[in-house]
Amino acid sequence: MKEFQYTINDENGIHARPAGILVKEIKGFESSFTVWKGDKSCDMKKLMKLMGMGIKQGDTITVKVEGPDEEAAAEAAKKAFESNF
Amino acid sequence: MQEGTGKSILKGIAIGKLKLYHPPKYEISDAEISDVEGETARFEEALKKAIDQQNVLYEKALEAAGEESAAIFEVHGMMLEDDDLQDAVKEIISEQKKTAEYAVREAFDEQAEVFAQMDDAYMNARSADVQDIKQAVLDVLFGVDPDSMQGSEPAILVAEDLAPSETVRLDKSLLLGMITRQGSSNSHTAILARSMNLPAIIQCKEIDESWEGRLGIIDGYNSKVYVDPEEELLQELTAKMQEDEKKRALLEELKGQENVTKDGTKIKLYANIGGPSDLGMVQENDAGGVGLFRSEFVYLNSKDYPTEEQQFTAYKQAVETLAPKQVVIRTCDIGADKMVEYMDLGDEDNPALGFRAIRIGLSRKDFFKTQLRALLRASAFGNLAIMFPMIISKWELEEAKKLLAECREELLKEGVTIGEYQVGIMIETPAAVLCADELAEACDFFSIGTNDLTQYTLAIDRQNAKLEPFLDTHHPAVLKAIRMTVEAGHRHGIWVGICGELGADMTLTETFLRMGVDELSVNPKSILPIRKVVRELDLNAGE
Repeated sequence: MKEFQYTINDENGIHARPAGILVKEIKGFESSFTVWKGDKSCDMKKLMKLMGMGIKQGDTITVKVEGPDEEAAAEAAKKAFESNF
Repeated sequence: MQEGTGKSILKGIAIGKLKLYHPPKYEISDAEISDVEGETARFEEALKKAIDQQNVLYEKALEAAGEESAAIFEVHGMMLEDDDLQDAVKEIISEQKKTAEYAVREAFDEQAEVFAQMDDAYMNARSADVQDIKQAVLDVLFGVDPDSMQGSEPAILVAEDLAPSETVRLDKSLLLGMITRQGSSNSHTAILARSMNLPAIIQCKEIDESWEGRLGIIDGYNSKVYVDPEEELLQELTAKMQEDEKKRALLEELKGQENVTKDGTKIKLYANIGGPSDLGMVQENDAGGVGLFRSEFVYLNSKDYPTEEQQFTAYKQAVETLAPKQVVIRTCDIGADKMVEYMDLGDEDNPALGFRAIRIGLSRKDFFKTQLRALLRASAFGNLAIMFPMIISKWELEEAKKLLAECREELLKEGVTIGEYQVGIMIETPAAVLCADELAEACDFFSIGTNDLTQYTLAIDRQNAKLEPFLDTHHPAVLKAIRMTVEAGHRHGIWVGICGELGADMTLTETFLRMGVDELSVNPKSILPIRKVVRELDLNAGE
């Protein structure tokens, strides 16, 4: 399992379009992605659920990636966060 | 005459017939169905069509309003592809044995509710997005074509609310403006209206069915709506509207055109800006770059010395946003006449002739190096030029360059990437003009600060009303000083620009062109008007 933390910079938090781009980036990987904020979590491939988490600017989230391609998947997810949030 | 108020989306005027816009209303039956498989297939097919439509709307919006506004349709497509949402609909069809229409309404309304309940204004607005895509799927299921709602002549549309898809679908040739009772100013509808350049008023409570067919005016400057306007008001606002049209036409005509005279003489037109919020104006007014970025905002907007990190963020944003256009950032130009308490500059009898600008920098090296470090770090992200203000002696320039080199060394040792950058100075004192040859040997460019140059050369305080009869901004001494500076600069192969107010004086544009000034950096709104003057000049005419 791969894990990384990220602090959201974007003043809109996790919002519609970047979230959609993020989901698109990771959907192709076999691994499962879970994002945690405090004790709330959701499947990162589910756009609506992701948006519903209400992740805001300044929040530090933990992303856990698990699966056969987790190395590449975690890397892609990290990059996607950096580029979009 | 009736009046209405609301929030204005765009500073513009629209005048025309008012047309009430009603989106189609559906009757959704909650009757039970027996063919779950068939109904599910209906849903899947409608969903696919709705997703395709979002792509079409995306293309339409891209053309009408650009990437940022079109993005919402990309998001709508992504939302429709969400597995959870699709599964929710299918579950209602199979478990509750309801029609696809019923299931769509229930599942989408539930998801919309989730967003509406969140304590975040932005997410609340997304609730409207879910409603919009629900409508899209229902439109397909009901076989409705929403493109027929506008009538046959140009009109101002009046509606309860307008969803993004509705806004983009509207035939622009029939649309003069929009008035809605609902709406939020960062809703996508507002964003689209802005980029389509349509006057629009939202949150107008006075909307009424009786408005149908009557003459209406949207005054986007004052956030007002008038129905059956009085004659005088109509004339006044019609005149304003025509004035706006002329300005817009000018922009359209000149944007993207070269700053070149009929005889082929060229000049660069750059913008003077004072902070990150001005960056948009640079592109909006088609500036070739920024000839003066006043860095004082980082010092003035702070209760204490801004850190290197804070400065770096601001400079990086500027060069990155405008890359590859050159951004000339002037180092701290503060003096005792600007209230910056924490800098403890003390009182002076004569701040104009006092401890200011580069003099502070060279006396407080740590302070200066903080800014220089931030600038050097930012250089990696775009096309930066560093400019030192108020230089009167060559040694000042050499000393500043030495400090810059020290910072460079330090940063390189720290493993920081540094980009390419030019180093130049402002020419704003008689001393600098008279020593211009010496100074030109040691820098990459000059930018003439005509405001201060005029004051120091004529020994006149421009703010002193008593001196008005004595002040001639076109004084031959000032023009000669400019000419001398340009010639000295060119003798040493460096470019010379003007960043003071005189640059925007269009009665002098021809003079500057004849002198060979390489660049004029002016307030953004003057750029296109100056371009017009340049393009209409022929320096060979009458010879």
